[in-house]
Amino acid sequence: MASITASGADPEAFVRTRNGHQEMDLLVSGAHCAVCISRIETAMREFSGVSNARLNLSTGRLSLSWTGASSQAHDMVRRLGEIGYPATPFEPETGADAGSQEEKRLLRAMAVAAFASANVMMFSIPVWAGADMDEQTRQWFHWLSALIVLPTVAYSGRPFFTSAWAALKTRHVNMDVPISLGVLLACGLSIYEMLVGSGHTYFDAAAMLLFFLLIGRWLDSRLRAKAGAAARRLAAMQAASANRLDATGQVKSIPAREVQPGDLLLIAAGEKVPVDAEIESGNSQLDAALVTGETRPVEAKPGTQIFSGMVNLEAPLRVRATAKRDDSLLAEITRLVEAGEQSRSRYVKLADHAARVYVPVVHSLAALTLVGWLLAGAEPRIAIINAIAVLIITCPCALGLAVPAVQVVASGRLYKSGVLVKSGDALERLAEADAAAFDKTGTLTIGKPQLTNRAAIADEDFELAATLARTSHHPLSRAIADLAGMGTAAHQVSEIPGGGLQAEIDGEDVRLGSARWLGVDARGDAASEVWLQRGDNAPVRFVFADQERPGAAEAVADVEALGLPAQMLSGDRREAVDAMARRLGMTDWSAELKPAEKISALEAAKTDGRHVLMVGDGLNDAPALASAHVSMSLASATDISQAAADFVIQRDRLDAIRETIEIARKARRRVLENFGLAALYNMIAVPLAVFGFVTPLVAAIAMSASSLLVTLNALRLAR
Amino acid sequence: MDVLIYLIPIALGMGLLGLGAFLWSLKSGQYEDLDGAAQRILMEDDDRPLTDADRAETSDTSD
Repeated sequence: MASITASGADPEAFVRTRNGHQEMDLLVSGAHCAVCISRIETAMREFSGVSNARLNLSTGRLSLSWTGASSQAHDMVRRLGEIGYPATPFEPETGADAGSQEEKRLLRAMAVAAFASANVMMFSIPVWAGADMDEQTRQWFHWLSALIVLPTVAYSGRPFFTSAWAALKTRHVNMDVPISLGVLLACGLSIYEMLVGSGHTYFDAAAMLLFFLLIGRWLDSRLRAKAGAAARRLAAMQAASANRLDATGQVKSIPAREVQPGDLLLIAAGEKVPVDAEIESGNSQLDAALVTGETRPVEAKPGTQIFSGMVNLEAPLRVRATAKRDDSLLAEITRLVEAGEQSRSRYVKLADHAARVYVPVVHSLAALTLVGWLLAGAEPRIAIINAIAVLIITCPCALGLAVPAVQVVASGRLYKSGVLVKSGDALERLAEADAAAFDKTGTLTIGKPQLTNRAAIADEDFELAATLARTSHHPLSRAIADLAGMGTAAHQVSEIPGGGLQAEIDGEDVRLGSARWLGVDARGDAASEVWLQRGDNAPVRFVFADQERPGAAEAVADVEALGLPAQMLSGDRREAVDAMARRLGMTDWSAELKPAEKISALEAAKTDGRHVLMVGDGLNDAPALASAHVSMSLASATDISQAAADFVIQRDRLDAIRETIEIARKARRRVLENFGLAALYNMIAVPLAVFGFVTPLVAAIAMSASSLLVTLNALRLAR
Repeated sequence: MDVLIYLIPIALGMGLLGLGAFLWSLKSGQYEDLDGAAQRILMEDDDRPLTDADRAETSDTSD
């Protein structure tokens, strides 16, 4: 839950050695200006042997390389913390990043198309304007146009051709089929006209079409690459390390992904379990809130199977790894997530819906034009030219821009309010949502126990409890220490596993711990209360409960006001869920659900014809997030939940849910308006083409005007 | 119209030069950190340009 602030990973585990240099990547938070850059880089260059220290301000990534000991990594991270920029080690993604490579490929194709469409105008405009141009010059200009445009089409058109070919091979049509057809026919017709030396050429139209369409395509891929990078960055902040015991009993810190099954690991109190493992020795309690949603700690003794993501609370444990990091996140959960993602990939995007209607209409119109002209007695050449003109002018330039332009503007606006959009169609799916399901622990609640009876405790007792609590990692101790704020900590506190904290203060024996350990007659649940006993005084009771996040009740009410009836799906105990549901004013709740049961609850809603928005954070929510119609996760969630969700809300602001739904609905409206505009354009342009009035000049003006119009309409969303 | 024989290659050459410059700047990683580039101009000390070593590093992961 608090894993974002500091992963606690050992930086030395992430140092790579290459050509005698030590290299490390760090993710630095808090850097946002020139002063920050120079302070960070100067501080790093002051270390001995540093050959490179460069901060990428856009990604917050600091690349370091130095010659010397790898243990210097500790000092570097500490120094960054001292000057006010907390840093966490970052595992550079293995292999090339497919998303940003695709983005660059499209950008190069777009640059070439931009060059061609600008420069071909140099020849097209004189031809359109120059009625008195002699035949030879005109012919020469056509050849030059062909020289520029044909290589451009071959290069910049590839993204469309390959996608259209892939669709045709599986006997489908997508938007790229009419696009490819339009561009290729425009080129083919122009080459023919050029060779017979008469009529018009459409080279400029082909280049311009590609340019506009590539803008849309590039925006779309940029959106995905940006969200992908941000998601990776969040995941990297949770980079984990593990302490491995080798045969000689030496402890070495390694990245968690290098742990092999059978390795002996040491897990200190307060550390996260890096991989699934079995306890060899040690007794402790583990916090499983992220894994199961259960707020009560799990008792752990030798032989207990523990899972990655749990947090060791009390005493060090020696464990034997039973799985690798990648296999660790319960095979069951991973399988369920994949199944959910597969079912979602069957979702038909708005643009594909449009293509399914559009393609047959356009192609039959072209065929009718051909037949009509032939029946009217025109010569075949004229009939074919007019049919091709229909295909060129209806080439879905505006349609290609209609969706990505809106989605880029919408996700840019959401990004500013701290919501990451993972894909464009997530916005479309969110706009359709008509029901909501919330996880409890960590989503609607903070996921950590909070002291609830502070008023009933004397200030003196509270301060005394805090001096003990400040020395411990146990969540109940942390709850007291956090509430008390900074202050003194008791010396020589001993932590008794399964009991509590004990110290001698001013000659008196002070104990803070469970009722059983203190011999008090327990009134409530052992996990939600501790007792403080000073000398022989009467014990004082501290009661804890998980509290709702600030604004949780309002967020739920807002979502219901938008027409999404909310229900709560939790893996926690019945009483805890019931109590929280009452506080938040929710009537529809289910408790003690296993991950698969959360999915069946969502499936049941789906068969009722509902589109459910799922909001969750834990490992146990990940399968439900993946199989829901659309899903949101919080920045403090486990990385697998963030990977499975469509939206990630930064800074855990629940009120962002309402805003996101509203923007998604607005975006949908804009997309539909854009489709309307594109249809309007076609209603005007198609009759002109059918009756043979479309010259290359008309085609150029009509196409650029319609593209501009849909882009401007999309930009209205930014306000 | 003979002047076109010089003017057209010059005009196209200038366009190609611009395209080439853009593709080169894209390849050499100049768009990797747009926010940083905007801020680095304000720094007082002499900020050296990217060396070949830096470039090799950025191209490892992002190109």
